[in-house]
Amino acid sequence: MTDLSGIPTTIIPPEESKGRSLFQLAVIRFRRNYAAMAGCVVLLLITLFSFFGPYVISHKYDEVFPSYVNVPPSLEALPRADTLDGVMKGVADRARVELREFAVDGNTFTATIHADKAIDPRSTRYFDRANEFDNTQVTATEEDGKTLKLTGDVKREYFLFGTDQNGRDLMARVMLGGQISLTIGCLASLVSLFIGVIYGAISGYLGGRVDNVMMRLIEILYSLPFVFLVVVLVVFFGRSFILIFLVIGAVEWLDMARIVRGQTLALKRREFIGAAQALGLTDWQIIRRHIIPNTIGPVVIFVTVVVPKVILLESFLSFLGLGVQEPLTSWGALISAGADKMQSSPWYLIFPAIFFVVTLFSLNFIGDGLRDALDPKDR
Amino acid sequence: MFHFVLRRLASAVPTLFIVVTLSFFLMRFAPGGPFNLERPLPPATMENLMKAYHLDQPLWNQYLQYLKNAVTGDFGPSYIYKDNTIAELIGKGLPYSITLGSYALLLALFGGVIIGTIAALRQNSFLDFLIMSIATVGVTVPNFVVGPVLTLVFAVLLSLLPAGGWGDGSWRFLILPMIALALPQLAVFARLTRGSMIEGLHTDHIRTARAYGLPPRVVVITHAMRGALLPVVSYLAPCAAALLTGSAVVESIFTIPGVGRYFVLGAINRDYTLVMGTVVLVAIFVIVFNLLVDILYGLLDPRVRHD
Repeated sequence: MTDLSGIPTTIIPPEESKGRSLFQLAVIRFRRNYAAMAGCVVLLLITLFSFFGPYVISHKYDEVFPSYVNVPPSLEALPRADTLDGVMKGVADRARVELREFAVDGNTFTATIHADKAIDPRSTRYFDRANEFDNTQVTATEEDGKTLKLTGDVKREYFLFGTDQNGRDLMARVMLGGQISLTIGCLASLVSLFIGVIYGAISGYLGGRVDNVMMRLIEILYSLPFVFLVVVLVVFFGRSFILIFLVIGAVEWLDMARIVRGQTLALKRREFIGAAQALGLTDWQIIRRHIIPNTIGPVVIFVTVVVPKVILLESFLSFLGLGVQEPLTSWGALISAGADKMQSSPWYLIFPAIFFVVTLFSLNFIGDGLRDALDPKDR
Repeated sequence: MFHFVLRRLASAVPTLFIVVTLSFFLMRFAPGGPFNLERPLPPATMENLMKAYHLDQPLWNQYLQYLKNAVTGDFGPSYIYKDNTIAELIGKGLPYSITLGSYALLLALFGGVIIGTIAALRQNSFLDFLIMSIATVGVTVPNFVVGPVLTLVFAVLLSLLPAGGWGDGSWRFLILPMIALALPQLAVFARLTRGSMIEGLHTDHIRTARAYGLPPRVVVITHAMRGALLPVVSYLAPCAAALLTGSAVVESIFTIPGVGRYFVLGAINRDYTLVMGTVVLVAIFVIVFNLLVDILYGLLDPRVRHD
């Protein structure tokens, strides 16, 4: 008999090694990729700028400032002190009064105007009408109303991005353009995702003759010049915002369908699909619950490729004048308008182009990062 | 091989047929017509015009008539460019587009493969980072920005090159539109080459070749390149078809009389026959280049057999 008493009866488990799921590993790999993380941060900032910026700045995207047409970008508040004299003279001329005194003190101005007849106090409206002045009031009336002393506020405006040739604040325009470009990019990608995933999964899962016919159709659609397709569809549907992304999504799903089909073909042979079939699930249930969720990896990667493609395509439509219509705008529309005026007012091209390129850059980095994280075999 | 080519050409016929049918009806269901001008024409004139172009007949008859003519190579008269047939318009414009497109294709292909290879050989170095950043810029900056910027710098500020037009077709006129056209594709080629080259350099046969002591140049160019070029070759087909049939944007920026602008002008003006002509043209290019690329693929990769 052996004495077992010396051997401890309970086995102390070794230091618990924490298992990591594939997803967690992917997240860790993604976090380590600085370019991709930077892309995420930049994209987030641009999204916040575009969607919440309009609540911060005081100018609306369609607000016209006739006094500030084609103003170059500057950090200084407008109007500048030396131009105010001229502006005031112009206003006085329009009001048909003679300007006798004019002084600016900080944010208020005082002026003395004179005319041969009594001046209607309502003519202060002429002063408010100029973008530079506001709240003009009569402080004193002299010579039976022939001379008025006025006081009012000097309105200071900031145009950090300058203004366009219609006197609209370019920063507000860039924000609106960002909203529309990003929205079109996301929605169109969702449309293409929706069509492509369902089409690809059905084609791959059913296989055989159905697959043949469905893939043949895709091949035919590939040989259609799809720029033409977009142009025809846009001309056909009219130029409304919703339809533009539907149309773009409707032509961008081909690659997605191919990728999902390839994935589905591989998944179809796996045991869990066989089990699902043995349990008597219908084809549609299997596609919905088992096939589509398992194709998510490559699909997510591909979406980050589609979004910039869609934004570029929208900008191409805008270049042709088929994009969103004024006063709405998109980055593409702003850039193509800016390209015309590049020499005289370069800021009109530079600001939208920076936002556009930086966004596409970040999306590219995020896409590369996702590919490296989810599909590590290449590294 | 011969059978493969024949079979592919035969399968192109139904494809072309469906492409023509789809675009014919798509075009006709769009509201408006080629003669709906801003100032409406008198009804009698309109009626005569419709009759002259057979637009008054039932759609079905028009479709059959179009198919019958198209088979014999007659794509009809243009509605907008008066006194021109579609064949003449495309015949006039295509040489310009093909000349420009093939230079752009060569630039994109060789430039992209060379810088992609350099980036792959210096993976994760500063040079790699620089090249890939430039390639990303190339993909992301639309060519309607690149075009005007090139014009501004080289034509207006430096006055080195003409700002547009075809002139006598010398390289001075071609170089700017060629760069604008090639840049996005060059970037794609560079990215593709880099990716597959990195993968290729880690394979066993490359390690063997290195172990034999072959010079690095030989290892890269004759052994690694061959496998790495496969994805590049498969991208070649859509790229070549797109470049050779002209670009609406580049042609309108540099005022080049190619066929690229006909797509857009045709669709906007409802010039039915012109749109159909360009659609068929592009479809043929796509089919032919897909076939060529498949043959090339077989030559590069002995695992692919066409029998």
